Amino acid sequence: MEELGRPNNEKEAIQMLHRYNMDLLPQKFGIAGKIWVMLLLLIIGVGLYYYIQQLRYGLSVTGLSDTVSWGIYISNFVFFVAVSLVGSLITAVLHLLNISWRAPLTRISEIIAVACIVFAGIIIIVDMGRPDRLLNMFIHGRIQSPIVWDVIVVMTYMTISLLLLYFPLLPGIAFCRDRLKNIPKWQHKMYIMLSFGWQNKPEQYNVVKKAVTIMSILIIPVALSIHTVTSWLFETTYRPGWDSTNFGAYFVAGAFMVGAAAVIAGMYILRRFYDRFDEYITDKHFDRMGRLLVLLSFIYLYFTVNEYFIPGYKMKGEEGEHLRALFTGHYAPMFWMVQIFGMIIPIIVLLFQRGRKPLPIFIMAVFVIIGAWFKRYLIVIPTMLHPFLPLEQVPESAKHYAPTFAEWSITGASLAGALLIITIFVRYFPIISIWELAEERAIPHETIYKHLNKSDEK
Amino acid sequence: MSKKGDNKEKPEGDNSGRRDFLKFGFLAAGITAVGPLQKVFSEDKDSVTTDNAEKVKVLTTDGKLVEVDSSYLKDNSCCHVSNDEARNGIPGKKYVMVIDLSRCKNALKCQDACQEYHLLPEQNKWLKVFKMQDSPAASPYWMPKPCLHCDEPPCVKVCPVDATFKRTDGLVLIDNERCIGCRFCMAACPYSTRTFNFDEPQMPDNAKDMAYSLETSLPRKKGTVEKCDFCPDMLRQEKLPHCVTACPNGVYYFGDANEDSVTNGDETVRLSQLLKEKAGYRYLESLGTKPSVYYLPAVNRLFPFEAGLENYKEDTHNH
Repeated sequence: MEELGRPNNEKEAIQMLHRYNMDLLPQKFGIAGKIWVMLLLLIIGVGLYYYIQQLRYGLSVTGLSDTVSWGIYISNFVFFVAVSLVGSLITAVLHLLNISWRAPLTRISEIIAVACIVFAGIIIIVDMGRPDRLLNMFIHGRIQSPIVWDVIVVMTYMTISLLLLYFPLLPGIAFCRDRLKNIPKWQHKMYIMLSFGWQNKPEQYNVVKKAVTIMSILIIPVALSIHTVTSWLFETTYRPGWDSTNFGAYFVAGAFMVGAAAVIAGMYILRRFYDRFDEYITDKHFDRMGRLLVLLSFIYLYFTVNEYFIPGYKMKGEEGEHLRALFTGHYAPMFWMVQIFGMIIPIIVLLFQRGRKPLPIFIMAVFVIIGAWFKRYLIVIPTMLHPFLPLEQVPESAKHYAPTFAEWSITGASLAGALLIITIFVRYFPIISIWELAEERAIPHETIYKHLNKSDEK
Repeated sequence: MSKKGDNKEKPEGDNSGRRDFLKFGFLAAGITAVGPLQKVFSEDKDSVTTDNAEKVKVLTTDGKLVEVDSSYLKDNSCCHVSNDEARNGIPGKKYVMVIDLSRCKNALKCQDACQEYHLLPEQNKWLKVFKMQDSPAASPYWMPKPCLHCDEPPCVKVCPVDATFKRTDGLVLIDNERCIGCRFCMAACPYSTRTFNFDEPQMPDNAKDMAYSLETSLPRKKGTVEKCDFCPDMLRQEKLPHCVTACPNGVYYFGDANEDSVTNGDETVRLSQLLKEKAGYRYLESLGTKPSVYYLPAVNRLFPFEAGLENYKEDTHNH
């Protein structure tokens, strides 16, 4: 990109590569990083404590009831699946479209995808009444059940995402193995193991590139499937609010939007905490991602109109009751906050060039992410409170839903866990791929390979 | 939930009488998975009421507690089937229920019997009587609702592990030893039928120790879904479900669609004729779930609607 320019000769190219090494090799955390990790561990610890309580006393530690039998564990699951879709968006779509500014963003989006899909899997086990019977899914699994479809596509997506993260990371791991001095023995061993004897041979790069292209194609239908199938968990029921033919596309659109926002937030935070990252994640990247986010938000707006406001025109029976609860009833404040802060304001701000500067776009991305979390709450919970039969002869507690502290802690721990995976990754691996960045900036292949190779170090 | 007469004679906090009573209650209900009767008695050393092993307390269908000679109790081990067999259903049968809304006054005897025999706590109700009103100008009526045992059951369709299943005799049952507690069936059921054991279910000790039976749904299991099962243990013995026999007003007709006959205990009628003459219908027919439970509309009622209001509570208290 223009900020750094392209090298005119080999000497300049090597200088550039040297600078990349200095800037992009993983570094030890400073005090802020350490506090951040401690904070995450603390949240996870509290969540673990409450999960042990839940294992002992059952789901009675939650605010769930026979009426609202799916609560924030499920809405949080949908949130995780949504965010994880971003890996395919940035890595695969931008790769296949050959977008020239994608290199510094691919790994950020892939690690977000991996962390989120892992915790989507974990949180769904947390939601189970009998996690001890998890294996029944495999012993007695019924292919007719959308849950089984979801397990299949989520595991497939997790596998492809991991590979899509790992293959382009191989040169990076080998680089850490060869260049990082004064590191603990285990860390060095880890690099040796994970680098699988990578030697920076052109053939090896060709295999990696081919694999990445194949997986970029493979992951697109799988990524669309994970969120479509997740929407089917709701759509296959008769309940007002879920009985919609719009749901698959609507979920996918929402997922792309929150995923793009998550990458923007990640970009901003990395740039904030790593001194020289603004040379790699430039204002231009924020501008481009802002344009992408505004486009995705418009698509989401389109689906939202179709999902809520057109049925709202009819106000049909039970569906109408459900919509009334969202538009003007108990859930109206949350519903309108989510629409305004999670969609309308970001669209308006990001339409302007000044709104796509790093700080305002970061704030908008945070709005979108928080809005997206509560949006999923609004998809799951109000519907459960509007069954066909009247809510009678149920305990008072089953007429409302308020997540308990245990539920919040466990949910918070899952979010902290995903952030911890990302944090640990940033601590030990180059979060911006050096060789892909170098390729993007038109440094000749031979120079890159030679430079990255240990034997040519001296 | 402790409102039975026998408890009043006992000091507060002593529920051994109740425990005995429950124990024999389900003995009489045909739960003999524990083996011979003698074994049940021998476990009962701590009890004050059964020091004479010849006399036992049982619950009659109209809710009275009576003491009878133990030799009157029928050993039902003949009718017990293995859980594998229980998945198949009773050969040649297709069970149906017809609920005559014109006879219901919300007496809740059906519910009491159901709670009693299935050892259910206050907050888990397999059978509910709803106060319904189809439109503001129309008259309200009472609508008992068990599981509708659909022929196209949405719950069975979505179950990931085949824990809830449809039998050849029309019953939709749950295997609580297989259920993983994902609660998808609860989301899928349009009739709010299913309940979940959020914590360790409260049961008398000896019920907890029984071998699990699909046909009694006992012992109840933590972290699993449960619901009205049409009392398959009773059907095995060619008896009627507890709600049917407990109803004082003949609201419930139960029978076999293959034989085209249903009975409410007082009269036995042709199913097809009953549905035709009284304009039977199924709740939310438009969903296409094909319930095994029919309703007869609340016309020419036996009781005024208001008669049921004394038993009507919008809420139940959560313990």
